[in-house]
Amino acid sequence: MSDLETFRRETRAWLEANCPPEMRRPMTSENDTYWGGRNAKFSSEPQRVWFERMRDKGWTVPDWPKEYGGGGLDRAEHKVLREEMTAMGARSPLSSFGIWMLGPALLKYGNEAQKKEHLPKIAAGLIRWCQGYSEPNAGSDLASLQTRAESDGDDYIINGQKIWTSYANYADWIFCLVRTDPTAKKHDGISFILFDMASKGVSTKPILLISGYSPFCETFFDNVRVPKSHVVGTVNRGWDVAKYLLQHERAMISGTGERGIGRPLGQVAADSLGSDDAGRLDDAMLRSQIAQFDIDEAAFAAVAERAIDLAKAGQSHPAFSSAMKYYGTELNKRRHEILMSAGGIDALEWESERSRGGARPRAWLRTKANSIEGGTSEVMLGIVAKRILDLPGA
Amino acid sequence: MPLVLTEEQSMLRDSARGLINDKAPVSHLRHLRDSKDETGFSRDLWKAFAEMGFSGLLVPENFGGSGLGYVEAGVVMEEIGRTLMPSPFLSTAVLATSALLRGGSEAQKSAHLPKIADGSLLAALAVDEGTKHRPLQTSLQALRAGNGFRLSGAKALVVDGHTADLLIVAGRTGGAPGERNGLTLFLVDPKAKGVAIERTVMVDAHNAARIAFDHVEVNADQVLGEVDQGFQLLDGLLNIGRGAVASEMVGLSEEVFGRTVTYLKERKQFGKLIGEFQALQHRAAELYVDIEITRAAVLKALQALDADLDQAGAAIAVAKARAGTTATRAVQEGVQMHGGMGMTDQFDIGFFMKRARVCQELFGDSNYHAEQLARMKSY
Ligand SMILES: Cc1cc2nc3c(=O)[nH]c(=O)nc-3n(C[C@H](O)[C@H](O)[C@H](O)COP(=O)(O)OP(=O)(O)OC[C@H]3O[C@@H](n4cnc5c(N)ncnc54)[C@H](O)[C@@H]3O)c2cc1C
Repeated sequence: MSDLETFRRETRAWLEANCPPEMRRPMTSENDTYWGGRNAKFSSEPQRVWFERMRDKGWTVPDWPKEYGGGGLDRAEHKVLREEMTAMGARSPLSSFGIWMLGPALLKYGNEAQKKEHLPKIAAGLIRWCQGYSEPNAGSDLASLQTRAESDGDDYIINGQKIWTSYANYADWIFCLVRTDPTAKKHDGISFILFDMASKGVSTKPILLISGYSPFCETFFDNVRVPKSHVVGTVNRGWDVAKYLLQHERAMISGTGERGIGRPLGQVAADSLGSDDAGRLDDAMLRSQIAQFDIDEAAFAAVAERAIDLAKAGQSHPAFSSAMKYYGTELNKRRHEILMSAGGIDALEWESERSRGGARPRAWLRTKANSIEGGTSEVMLGIVAKRILDLPGA
Repeated sequence: MPLVLTEEQSMLRDSARGLINDKAPVSHLRHLRDSKDETGFSRDLWKAFAEMGFSGLLVPENFGGSGLGYVEAGVVMEEIGRTLMPSPFLSTAVLATSALLRGGSEAQKSAHLPKIADGSLLAALAVDEGTKHRPLQTSLQALRAGNGFRLSGAKALVVDGHTADLLIVAGRTGGAPGERNGLTLFLVDPKAKGVAIERTVMVDAHNAARIAFDHVEVNADQVLGEVDQGFQLLDGLLNIGRGAVASEMVGLSEEVFGRTVTYLKERKQFGKLIGEFQALQHRAAELYVDIEITRAAVLKALQALDADLDQAGAAIAVAKARAGTTATRAVQEGVQMHGGMGMTDQFDIGFFMKRARVCQELFGDSNYHAEQLARMKSY
């Protein structure tokens, strides 16, 4: 038996023994996931048990080096672990911008002191991070951001405003883009800096969304003092770090890991609409939409798998995550449109126990942000056109 | 199995591409069409193909072939799709070979496989009868007569039917159209009494025939596989054919797309390259994503065929449906973005549009496969 097969067998056995049954069911709401942090609370005992066991194995970040709190798995082993978790329907033990975004950027651009300081805390869920990129006048055109960081001895003094900062009101630290050279060309004067959200001068104001939730905030910086040693990478070269991080963010938002969990759409629809004598869903047009969706979803799963294999073979294009982000998010929106359609009148209920607090319509509304957050679909297509297809024009 | 080609597979692709680009660019097809060539493909080229080992790609080594798999067959089909080279590769090297390998007796295999491998025998699979691909609806009659059968009925769109030395024909030995039971496959000599073959000149200038069978007598030893139990065999073959045609469509889509992107970087209007217009950039980018996704789905399906043919149904349905939709989009955008040029016969793009339509129809279009998938998933 190959090492990998042994690893698969052992992994499966370990997951079987350690993943509580409650953690193998699809999540019922966004709050059903554990985010860690200084003020973190577990929503249930199985959630705590699952998190702690995974953390102790280093499997909150299976592919990070062990010295930084990771599992030290190579790519093939990591893929096996993911496959086995998916097969079991096992939830991710920890949701974290630290894992999805900051960690990879620190591993590539951080100095040793920064890695030692931050990575183990991310792995152990001790610090919850938020992302200070967007500003009121710098969304798709992110590099036009205006938040200033002025030199003052060993520190920077930061002033400005961010917007759409997800979970800023719960976060312990922020990774933030600031302008350190206002005279340089727009991409050349930006730095990537880390600081504590408890610092004097930081304040947040939640924004209410169409889903009825307030998952993000306006964030204000008023003379926030931050040591210069908190800059990741080179001063004024923060755009490189920012872009690298965005690749990871986009791969994450494309949802390649999460798909395929939960009941198949055809079954969900049959439950609520019924079937004819031949077993066909009692809505021919919807049935056809679901079949088209299933085809595209299966094909997307294949390309996600291939993207990993291509990366392993050193054949992938760095901008391919934009292609994935574009398609994955449009697909997810389609999925939720179909779920709403299959749910019919029942899916319109906003509150009530029966509707689990309007879980379905709220989730549907939430997905509309997928093609906006982390860069809009239009921006993704622009990146594919220019960086991959090499079409002309800035 | 990683979803990337191995080094050997990439080498196979390069050698196929080399030969095809060199000997059969799109102008080759154009020439065959314009000269109203009788066979519609070049026998010399097929010989060269055989010498390179392509005709015997799937034939086991003990019968003179290379004993490779469906991923490799797909690699060659994709290259064929890039220049639209007409050849008996699909009908003979892929379908007939697979039919004999999976259903043939030792005698049938040793009679035909070595000849397929050396390029001297051409064969064709005759399935469809109606307007759309409905294999279960097969109604060609195969009545028992003496120690054999007598075939009566007609087949449409028999790829390479007019040049075949051997026909593989699906007929009904029992049951009614629509039923799984009662289907049987036969090896039929196209020169047998009662066989009438009409070459159909099709929109894409490729080769197919309508074939009528009028009380054609076949012996018991011409049965391929088991009497009445032919559906499973046929279904497997069709899935192989679908995987192959899907590969051809990936090659075709990518080629047409490549030509289109090149044009976007050359053609000027309003004082700019048309590739600078965002409306076109975004459509090109969407198409790129579509093709990449389809390529992955098709490779996945071919790997599934190699791993376990009987379990590959869903992956094949996904691949053929996606490939059909993507190819349709690729050729439409190709013509549109070439403007008036795209509509001219002098320009090659139209050839891709025509071939895509035929590939879409072959062995079930995208709707057919969406329907199959819905049934497999029971909704
Ligand atoms: C749920 C959610 C969570 C988020 N979380 C965070 C976070 O944690 N941290 C953070 O920093 N940001 C976050 N964002 C912000 C997000 O990254 C921005 O909303 C996004 O980049 C778009 O910017 P914008 O909202 O300013 O839209 P705009 O840039 O104003 O875009 C408006 C429209 O114009 C289109 N458009 C703009 N430029 C072009 C162009 N060049 N070509 C074609 N079309 C164009 C866009 O595609 C869009 O359709 C979040 C957003 C959402 C919705």
